[in-house]
Amino acid sequence: MDIHEYQAKMLLADFGMPIARGGIAYSPEQAAYRAMELGGEKWVVKAQIHSGARGKAGGIKVCATENEVMDAANELLGRRLVTNQTGSQGKLVGRLYIEEATDIEREIYLAFVLDRSSERIMCVASSAGGMDIEEIVETDPDAIVRVPIEPAVGMQDFQAREIAFALGMDSAQIAEAVKALKACYRAFRDLDATMVEVNPLVVTTDGRIIALDAKMGFDDNALFRRPQISELRDKSQEDAREMNAADRGLSYVGLDGNIGCIINGAGLAMATMDMIKHVGGEPANFLDIGGGASPERVAKAFNLVLSDEGVDAILVNIFAGINRCDWVAEGVIQAMQKLDVPVPVVVRLSGTNVELGQQILADSDIDLITADTLAEAAEKAVAAAQFHQSASAEVKESEK
Amino acid sequence: MSIFLDERTPVIVQGFTGRIGTFHAQEMIDYGTNLVGGVTPGKGGERHLERPVFNTVKDAVRDTGASASVVFVPPPFAADAIMEAADAGIRFCVCVTDGIPAQDMMRVKRYMRRYKKEDRMTLTGPNCAGTISPGKAMMGIMPGHIYMPGNVGLIGRSGTLGYEAASQMKAMGIGISTGVGIGGDPINGSAFRDHLERFEQDPETDLVVMIGEIGGPQEAEAAAFARDHMQKPVLAYIAGLTAPRGRTMGHAGAIVTSAGESAAEKVEILRAAGVGIIARPSEFGNAVAEALSKL
Repeated sequence: MDIHEYQAKMLLADFGMPIARGGIAYSPEQAAYRAMELGGEKWVVKAQIHSGARGKAGGIKVCATENEVMDAANELLGRRLVTNQTGSQGKLVGRLYIEEATDIEREIYLAFVLDRSSERIMCVASSAGGMDIEEIVETDPDAIVRVPIEPAVGMQDFQAREIAFALGMDSAQIAEAVKALKACYRAFRDLDATMVEVNPLVVTTDGRIIALDAKMGFDDNALFRRPQISELRDKSQEDAREMNAADRGLSYVGLDGNIGCIINGAGLAMATMDMIKHVGGEPANFLDIGGGASPERVAKAFNLVLSDEGVDAILVNIFAGINRCDWVAEGVIQAMQKLDVPVPVVVRLSGTNVELGQQILADSDIDLITADTLAEAAEKAVAAAQFHQSASAEVKESEK
Repeated sequence: MSIFLDERTPVIVQGFTGRIGTFHAQEMIDYGTNLVGGVTPGKGGERHLERPVFNTVKDAVRDTGASASVVFVPPPFAADAIMEAADAGIRFCVCVTDGIPAQDMMRVKRYMRRYKKEDRMTLTGPNCAGTISPGKAMMGIMPGHIYMPGNVGLIGRSGTLGYEAASQMKAMGIGISTGVGIGGDPINGSAFRDHLERFEQDPETDLVVMIGEIGGPQEAEAAAFARDHMQKPVLAYIAGLTAPRGRTMGHAGAIVTSAGESAAEKVEILRAAGVGIIARPSEFGNAVAEALSKL
């Protein structure tokens, strides 16, 4: 789960990370009021969306008067901001963070990640702040400091000092830097984060250290014990279909292709999508309906896949292990009887009682295409999608 | 021989009396697993599926001589159950539970390093389908009948994709010595590399198939191990060619976040290390048959 910049800053500040003063605004009037409240002569109006690279996309504006703050807020609120991380749909700007402007001397990259190789929380830092970590890796890989943290004892002062000196901090700033580093580490550990990124962490012209931007991601598997994090969820930032799926216990990821996929098991789902690609098609989604593949789940899956208007055919690929193909076949037929499925459906079953399952599909009066192997299923789905696409194009043409 | 498990291995189930534990314990018994009892704290002294229930894993090990355990404990308590097994002297543990917090697994891995390597429990999973030595015994939730006994070692992250591979092989008359599920979580008990090492030493395994996916460094680590330490041929399939970067594909660990973690990159790393690539998921059977014919 992701949260907004201002939420991440509040959380990090609770652990001792210094941040600039600021306030949240849901309207232009509120934005101007926040600026007045903060005082000073310069403010930054920051669009709050779940994405980095907001500056390049025009989501961050520096303002010198309260009127400018109001204008900037007017322009940003309600807009869909497209960054290189959001996809072409962009993300809706529903709230703004109004922050006092900071005079920057230098920018530092600081992150804590769950490192799968060492199986530890790892601090990743670079004196080349302000860039994406991908850019830093490309342009200046030697400038990156990586320090794994021993889980039994946590981050030690000497580790934080080593990192701070490696980042070129002045002796006068070391104590502050150690505090900032340990704040990030403790927030990561105590809140079950998967990522804390402060980019940039800045040294101000008057020598203070401040988190100028902050991003946090959290372990979905740990949300049961972090109710205060769950409360920070902003559903307007999440894909409606993916959220809908998650609420029904299905795992869905929308893609750009036209072949809808209904599969049990994450690995088999990815493999089936790969197979579609190998035979010249493009999958419309990843969808894992879970190992069981009960009729109710199959029905929910059809609804979900059909809510994507770009789907020209559906491929159902179920491996019946503990359950049986005949039972899955009945479920597919029931689901298709209840729903009006307007696109061709290819069904491939395998595993327990496969012959019986195929017989049930063949004997039903439901219009579906069956396949025996993974390759055959993918080929038939691609062909069916092409046929459906050209047929519906003809219908549209004749309607004109 | 097979690795980890045969028909004599005494197995217990943690989370024995729950709905899921009960169902799969019965399946394991029916397959021929030597299931000697189970653990549910507070229910010690009762009998379940005609077998004794214990309060602690230590009690179960003492009274039954169990050396292996399957964990069906719910996510909030599963890490604790794994550490209890490690401390009680269990040698091989399968954790089926899906949804354990990553930091809990980090602590489990750290905890297990308290034991000397020769005393350390081997953990597979969490979030895995289990381990099977076909025709002998099964620990986990696998449908035993799709596996045929034979000479191919199988290691995979995914449950159903592993079943797909096993049934393609069975259809061509190819059997499996042991099938090991390592699970789809970002931090897991053991990796491809650990099991490649076991299969290399197993006299009844002639070839190993690994089924990987996007995310994490373990396929690349396995590639280096296969290149430097293995005589037996290794074949690999990597799922997720069409997976977009930065998105979690069902399994908590199936996410590309850094260089070398995409399917295409992993395929290149494995190929460069001399591992045979199974290009399409429809070709598990054919590819293995061809590799076996060259032995």
